[in-house]
Amino acid sequence: MIRIRPILAAAALVLAAPAAGVEPDEILDDPALESRARALEETLRCVVCQSQSLAESNAPLAKDMRLILRERLVAGDTDEEVVAYLVDRYGEYVLLKPRVKPATLALWAAPFLALLAGAAAAFLYVRRRKPAPPAPLKPEEEEAVRALLEGRE
Amino acid sequence: MRRFALFAPLLAFALIGAVFAIGLTRDPARIPSALIDRPLPDFALPPIEGRTEGLSSEDLKGEVSLLNVFGSWCASCLIEHPTLMEIARSGDVAVYGLNWKDRPGDGAAWLARHGDPYARIGDDPRGHVVVALGVTGAPETFVIDKEGRVRYKHVGPITPEVWRRTLAPLIEELKRT
Amino acid sequence: MIPEIGHFALALAFAAALAQGPALYAAARADDERLAAFGRRCAYLALGAVGLAFASLAAAYVASDFSVLNVYENSHSQKPLIYKFTGTWGNHEGSMLLWALILALYGGALARQARAIPADLHRLALGTQGLIAAAFLAFMLFTSNPFERLLPAPPDGADLNPLLQDIGLALHPPFLYLGYVGFSVPFSFAVAALIRGRADSVWARLVRPWALAAWSFLTVGIALGSWWAYYELGWGGWWAWDPVENASFMPWLAGTALIHSIRVVERRDALKGWATLLAIAAFSLSLIGTFLVRSGVLTSIHAFAVDPERGVFILAILFAAVGGSLTVYALRAGSLAPTGAFAPASRETALIANNVLLAAACATVFIGTFYPLFVDVATGERISVGPPYFNMVFTPIAALAMALAAAGALMAWKRADLRALARRLAPAGAAALVAALIVAVVAEREKAAGAGWVALCVWLAGGALADLAGRVKLFGAAPGAAARRLAGLPRAAVGAALAHFGLAVFALGAAGVGLWRTEEVRLMKEGDAAHVAGYAVMLASVENTTGPNYLAERARFEARKGARETTLISERRYYPVRGMQTTEAGIRSQGGGDLYVSLGENATGEGWAVRLYFNPFVGCLWWGAGLAALGGALALSDRGRAPARAARGAAASPRAAAAEAPA
Repeated sequence: MIRIRPILAAAALVLAAPAAGVEPDEILDDPALESRARALEETLRCVVCQSQSLAESNAPLAKDMRLILRERLVAGDTDEEVVAYLVDRYGEYVLLKPRVKPATLALWAAPFLALLAGAAAAFLYVRRRKPAPPAPLKPEEEEAVRALLEGRE
Repeated sequence: MRRFALFAPLLAFALIGAVFAIGLTRDPARIPSALIDRPLPDFALPPIEGRTEGLSSEDLKGEVSLLNVFGSWCASCLIEHPTLMEIARSGDVAVYGLNWKDRPGDGAAWLARHGDPYARIGDDPRGHVVVALGVTGAPETFVIDKEGRVRYKHVGPITPEVWRRTLAPLIEELKRT
Repeated sequence: MIPEIGHFALALAFAAALAQGPALYAAARADDERLAAFGRRCAYLALGAVGLAFASLAAAYVASDFSVLNVYENSHSQKPLIYKFTGTWGNHEGSMLLWALILALYGGALARQARAIPADLHRLALGTQGLIAAAFLAFMLFTSNPFERLLPAPPDGADLNPLLQDIGLALHPPFLYLGYVGFSVPFSFAVAALIRGRADSVWARLVRPWALAAWSFLTVGIALGSWWAYYELGWGGWWAWDPVENASFMPWLAGTALIHSIRVVERRDALKGWATLLAIAAFSLSLIGTFLVRSGVLTSIHAFAVDPERGVFILAILFAAVGGSLTVYALRAGSLAPTGAFAPASRETALIANNVLLAAACATVFIGTFYPLFVDVATGERISVGPPYFNMVFTPIAALAMALAAAGALMAWKRADLRALARRLAPAGAAALVAALIVAVVAEREKAAGAGWVALCVWLAGGALADLAGRVKLFGAAPGAAARRLAGLPRAAVGAALAHFGLAVFALGAAGVGLWRTEEVRLMKEGDAAHVAGYAVMLASVENTTGPNYLAERARFEARKGARETTLISERRYYPVRGMQTTEAGIRSQGGGDLYVSLGENATGEGWAVRLYFNPFVGCLWWGAGLAALGGALALSDRGRAPARAARGAAASPRAAAAEAPA
């Protein structure tokens, strides 16, 4: 009996298609605008790809979004306005660096909290492990030492 | 206190494990539309070859309508096409088309071969309006209410099942209000 | 017939592993040597059987037996022989078989050490190892059987993803799995120590080589993966903070913390609970990585065919292994009280600081990787966390850890003389300052930020060199004597210095690519020239060629800088069976960096889209990782100095359990 499993199985171990990104026909003549566009692409997610930025993707929709991003820059938009334009349409999903807001507070605070908690725990631990200072000599021991030292002279 | 500290890793893992378990039921590629309950962005598109009327956001006001993104290159569009034809024939709701990234003539030829369910079609060869709508792929279908607001977005082909279970009831409700 | 033998062998291995765990746990409880010997034989049997299963699948691949579904789906008769063989693990089922084989290898190697390890510790550790093996073999048999038949056999196969038809597939997964799976041994040792309620210097000395082996393999595995992506994916990058990349990085960070803290256990009999927790964490993170890659909870560019059903099974394994071990930890770690004392200024404290930084780094990567999933589950909102986040929060922690590493490695155990430390580090500090000044002056203004990074690399490398120089008394003795001393140094110390030096070299590579890479993207026709980083690169010719199973456009580029001339070849291949295109980048390493050319499409007939990069110091990434792994291997060959003479006798004798009985 022939058994063909879903297409899914055929797609085993899919590395992405070769990543590419910006193509020659997209590049703006103005180098300043182009470098702004490149910087923005790095921070925006390709919405049809699997974990790639606009700068890395050769998906057709990513190309369209790169072109639209450039058109808006040419039209005089600021970087923030371009980003806001895309967030308005695709949601904050497109931001590879999430905005600081209540839902992402834990994300942004985590590294600091982890460091602080770790440092506090380490401080307490190290303090406990400090070697005990040598116990002071008892009076009779002091006496004996003195006697020895004096005897030698 | 010390006892509690020893249980902390286990508790943290229990939380993480629960999230993983719930995560298995979620689709990581799902992106909810940012346009839900907001008015359609303004646009005005020219007609595709062989038609005289294009499509603008004004056309989508006044009655409940479906806006369907399609292209002749899109294999899944062919899957939903019979369902769209059926919906158009029933006259329950006006179906509008957005022809995405087709070369001139390709969209018209495709419709000539498979049938044309659309009341009006806008041609978007460079994907400007598609991006303005936050579309991630074809086919996608928006349900637009009488005021021209987006009420729902369906990603992927419309099957008879999807129509019966989700779209038709929503459209009925929107018509009544 | 051969696939059926493989399938049977897999079932046999499962039975053996199933018996191994309970037998050895019972043997440890009842101190029953005959039962323990049976358990060890189970481990050997499992190894032999998994080996046979693996050989069967490999044979089916090499013989292109398309009546095996897995071979049909992932191979093709026209594929070069080497890729037929490596294709054995270029898919979900086969890669799990490789994973199981490596797990069985570690199990067999651990079983052989029965005489060198206290009996109760050995039995509990090997028993735990058996439980892990049983879980994964069950996973294969019930959800991922690689020997499933497809009858009648199709005339030819669906071919392997062309991106995997590369030497990278031969090297990257085996090393990566040797690392991932290798952490199962420290994990088993940690669980065993917790069950018996005792982790001490002897325990640490036994765990350290395994941890170092796993760490070194993982270092090589990750570096190979990075190198493979660098030359095969044609984007000239080497790390993208993709979830699957992070999944390999987290066990590495935990493992790095482990190989440092285990030294404190060994030398000072302190930090024991923490070290067991790290050993559990390193392998748990490996398992979480497996879950992430194969369940589809996150999207990644490197994901396997995902299947939620498999995800459920792996999640069950995860719950059993991680939940179980952490429960034992919660109940028993309280009994691992430290005994040794050390001053706040000491190597021990430096190693603890190192662990705080590495643990925080690991936590950061973990939270960043899974945060979108947490938010989705909690609120249904979809967000992304990508490279800009990781670069921003991870880099400062890494920089701190590197800055500390130079000083920590020079500090004396127990009580360090800070003034002497400052004296020994002064040359490294001065060199770092000079390097920073040079970069600040030479580099273009907007790229001068690299001065700090270069200074950090010089500082760390200088610290490692100062460490070695101090140990061999390089200044103040005859050179011959210094060389003799170098040969006689404890290999753990030389290994650590080498690994730190490797880290410095690696960081220089990361800084070079991150800060000073140059890029040129343009359309080129034959005869056109483009310029990047002082090179004039001409597209000399584009020809059509055919390979064994592909068609290609092969472009020859002539690059010239001053009097230097060189030729680069880049190909754009089309594999008809899969209908996929790949790019073979042309790379020439010279002049402190890589000239990198990647041929794109000639879509309009007006020329080929060509990407040119100059990646300064990029080779340092792989060389640095290689040095670090070599350092790990060197350190692992150091049997360590017994903290007390009695312990050495105990470790080497079969009567160890008795000798080690609590006083």
